[in-house]
Amino acid sequence: MIKDLFYFLIFPGLVFSGIIGGFFSWFDRKITARVQFRQGPPLLQPLYDFVKLLLKETILPKNGSPTTFILAPVFALFGAVMVSVFILLPAMGIETGFNGDLIVIIYLLNIPSLMYIIGAMASGNPLASVGASREMKLILSYEVPFLLVLLSIVIKSGMSIKLTEIIAVQSQKGAFIGSVSGIIGFIVSSFLAAIFFSGLNVEGIHILWSFLKVLVVVLLITLIRNTNPRVRIKQAMRFFWIWMNLLAIASVVLAILGL
Amino acid sequence: MGFKEKCFKKSLWLFHFSAGSCNNCDIEILDCLTPRFDVERFGMKLVGSIRHADVMLVTGIVTKKTKPRLLEVYKQAPKPIVVVAIGACACTGGIFASGYNFAGPLDNVIPVDLYIPGCPPKPEAMLAGIIKFLNKK
Ligand code: SF4
Repeated sequence: MIKDLFYFLIFPGLVFSGIIGGFFSWFDRKITARVQFRQGPPLLQPLYDFVKLLLKETILPKNGSPTTFILAPVFALFGAVMVSVFILLPAMGIETGFNGDLIVIIYLLNIPSLMYIIGAMASGNPLASVGASREMKLILSYEVPFLLVLLSIVIKSGMSIKLTEIIAVQSQKGAFIGSVSGIIGFIVSSFLAAIFFSGLNVEGIHILWSFLKVLVVVLLITLIRNTNPRVRIKQAMRFFWIWMNLLAIASVVLAILGL
Repeated sequence: MGFKEKCFKKSLWLFHFSAGSCNNCDIEILDCLTPRFDVERFGMKLVGSIRHADVMLVTGIVTKKTKPRLLEVYKQAPKPIVVVAIGACACTGGIFASGYNFAGPLDNVIPVDLYIPGCPPKPEAMLAGIIKFLNKK
């Protein structure tokens, strides 16, 4: 019980993912600034922002639903922390996880975005509902290719839906990357790192190596975002639904054929 | 200087309100965000809604049309908020002070913390003003 609480609250839960998430949000802003030939914010910027936001007045919407408005971010944080616990414990080899934790992770990964939508709707602000509907469209568009890619991974690791087993298979057969296929960015990328680059390791020099893997994924995501700054929702949906789905289906087919 | 105050000063999010300016001051504000001046060095960034803001940059004379809106936006701001009057128009009324729809200047409408004169003020002047203000407080 105490151990579980420690996992959830300190490492690799709330405190750890909070600090690392802050670092990655700084990393993201810094890379963006460097891409635009700017200097960028100092390293402690996420801390300053966090403390300042705590000091500011909290305004509750008059026309919305205050309870939902306050609770939505709490649930979003809860979902994100749970995912980081479920991914990092097996990925670092501390605990083995349980059968089917991949499915739980897929569900939990959706909670933050869903909570953004609910929180935005609860504010009773028309602009926020426009944002919410965009977020909804984005979820609709990226979810299918994401699941398909995961499916091809599951097939490749011999129908296993357990994170540790997938990582173990990769360390025998080589990483799956060869096949076709500020907190949340960090979690998603360590998830990607766990799934594609044969896991993270916390022994000796491997800590640095695991950290570098995650950093590379974040760098890649940031660079993609910076080189495509003006993608509209319509284009994003088209891109995901047509091209990404085709690629993902191809990877599933290739995985079934055993390539 | 306490830790809280330091955090506040190191992370100012700017919201830009144009109360009937000639649009020149607004362009100069945008210049502050460009690579040459880069206010993100100081942790400042431009936000799209007054609800996220710590600093309200007001440009232009306050016209009769924009005055009620300005008051509305000021009321919506989460306190503490710093109000900056940018340009001769916002400070005094400038060349439009005798205009038929002049309802300002800004400090007659809402309390102002910092004045940056100039028509339009240079980005250097704005940065210098804000940094002086931060060091003084
Ligand atoms: S101060 Fe000058 S540049 Fe600025 S809004 Fe007024 S007239 Fe335009």
